[in-house]
Amino acid sequence: MNNLKATREGYVDGILQAGRENSRVVVVEGDVSRSIGSASFGEEFPDRFFNLGASEQDMLCEAAGLALEGFIPFVGTYGVFVAGRAWDQIRTSICYMNLDVRIAGAHGGVSVGPDGATHQALEDIALMRVLPNMKILVPADSNQTRAAVLASLEADGPVYIRFGRNPVPQLYTRDEKVKIGRGNLLREGDDITLVTCGAMVSLSIAASSILQDRGISAGVIDMVSVKPLDRELLLGQAEKTGAVIVAEDHQVTGGLFGAVAETLALEMPVLMDTVAMQGSFGASGSPAEVMKKFGLTTSAIAEKAERILH
Amino acid sequence: MIDNVKMQDLALRVRLDVLEMIRAAGSGHPGGSFSSVEILVELYWNVMNIRPEEPRWEGRDRFILSKGHACPALYSVLARRGYFDPAELLTLRKLGSRLQGHPNMHELPCLDASTGSLGQGLSIACGMAHAIRLDDRESHVFCLLGDGELQEGSIWEAAMTASHYNLKHLTAIVDRNRVQLDGPVSEVMEIEPLVDKWLAFGWDVIIAEGHSIPSLEKAFEHCCEAPFPSVIIANTVKGKGVSFMENTCLWHGRCPDEEEYKAAVREIRGGLS
Repeated sequence: MNNLKATREGYVDGILQAGRENSRVVVVEGDVSRSIGSASFGEEFPDRFFNLGASEQDMLCEAAGLALEGFIPFVGTYGVFVAGRAWDQIRTSICYMNLDVRIAGAHGGVSVGPDGATHQALEDIALMRVLPNMKILVPADSNQTRAAVLASLEADGPVYIRFGRNPVPQLYTRDEKVKIGRGNLLREGDDITLVTCGAMVSLSIAASSILQDRGISAGVIDMVSVKPLDRELLLGQAEKTGAVIVAEDHQVTGGLFGAVAETLALEMPVLMDTVAMQGSFGASGSPAEVMKKFGLTTSAIAEKAERILH
Repeated sequence: MIDNVKMQDLALRVRLDVLEMIRAAGSGHPGGSFSSVEILVELYWNVMNIRPEEPRWEGRDRFILSKGHACPALYSVLARRGYFDPAELLTLRKLGSRLQGHPNMHELPCLDASTGSLGQGLSIACGMAHAIRLDDRESHVFCLLGDGELQEGSIWEAAMTASHYNLKHLTAIVDRNRVQLDGPVSEVMEIEPLVDKWLAFGWDVIIAEGHSIPSLEKAFEHCCEAPFPSVIIANTVKGKGVSFMENTCLWHGRCPDEEEYKAAVREIRGGLS
């Protein structure tokens, strides 16, 4: 596949462009700006860059105060800490007031690798998805991450953007646009639909190719907008194929599988299975090793697809 | 500026409102509402630059009630200051009311933030002070904290931020009533030495008598000119104004029965001029 690039690079591209186009865009950081790259925003716009140190609870409420005064804050830190440690701040001071705060959760998923379980956000999508007013974007490569950042500017109220650490194949061009509430049908399929997001998109495309060789026509939906879900696209493909596999780098509960399963259970029960973390913590290792250990692989997706069709 | 006698009178009327509101609602927080009454009256009548007829006026001073459970007192002050009809006060906590059990700014636009989960207001106030400075505006930001609330670690994250960025247009007021839900603050979780703590965090600290209008007035005057973020430690009495509600955690969040209500009203009315 194409060259590899970390999705977080797209986050930095996105906030820089947003900052150049809109003087109300500000960045609130928590001592990881050199890790996720947003330090370059601070170099270009020192007045609009607030590093608050390692204090996630303060960061989120500061962002709320800035948003109440008409600024558009991007708050960035690792997903584990922003979504977990500051959850009540996000709930009460951001979602309850429906403020235009954009929250970037870096280091999403077990694919973070060597840093190990404490730094691999595996519950962040679930934690954000239950909050009223919150929107969630999980881009698959750096171009889509950049597009997600720019799309978030059009949204009313809070948006959570989750991206990874590990370099992933470039799937989209720099012209890519993200629309909140819309997924991308990357491959048409007749027999089964693979619904996926983030780091698992390229693996799902590869799984679709394997399945094709085995005589199974598998469609692929990149559900970059996990909330709101693209219901129309999901229901259309589920009806057409009658079987769905959800692949995500997140706990099996509460994330994309949760969103898809809830929707299909009520609207269109079909055969379903999932490739996701099965309720355990992650571990250290290279991203590829860790993903293999926990079964987040192309072959796992292909095997699950074959199994539910037989 | 309104004179001291009139202000004391206003404070008593606010206390009567609070009693009546909580009585009508069947629940609420009288103790921490009563301790904060003079602070709120002083802020809304003498200190803050506001336009009740234009609640979202950009040039206004901001107020964040971080101890959101004291909202009955704030609602009464806002109504009496002309933001809305005092008749609405008796809808407190009822289904469909704009006067939610803890403040909701979308329901009541004269509120500068929705609050209720302790430990968050000071950070919101810091964010506002940052924004106001970025915009080259002059507004001052005030934030009322409970003393039990200071046990939230996030308060001290915000305290660090305010002094690191020298947010001098920010003033926090600690309603130092010494009692929290479970009992005396010193027994539940000691927060002293309080002055030393704020000083160590780089704040300008001033102590005031929280039920004395002249004392509060002096403290606010000092804070508005301070070269650093400032905090007023306002020594208050939990349940102030009703003898059997004073200095006890029993009235942190309890509604008086008919007899208690009448006795409380008699006591407060006794102070009216």
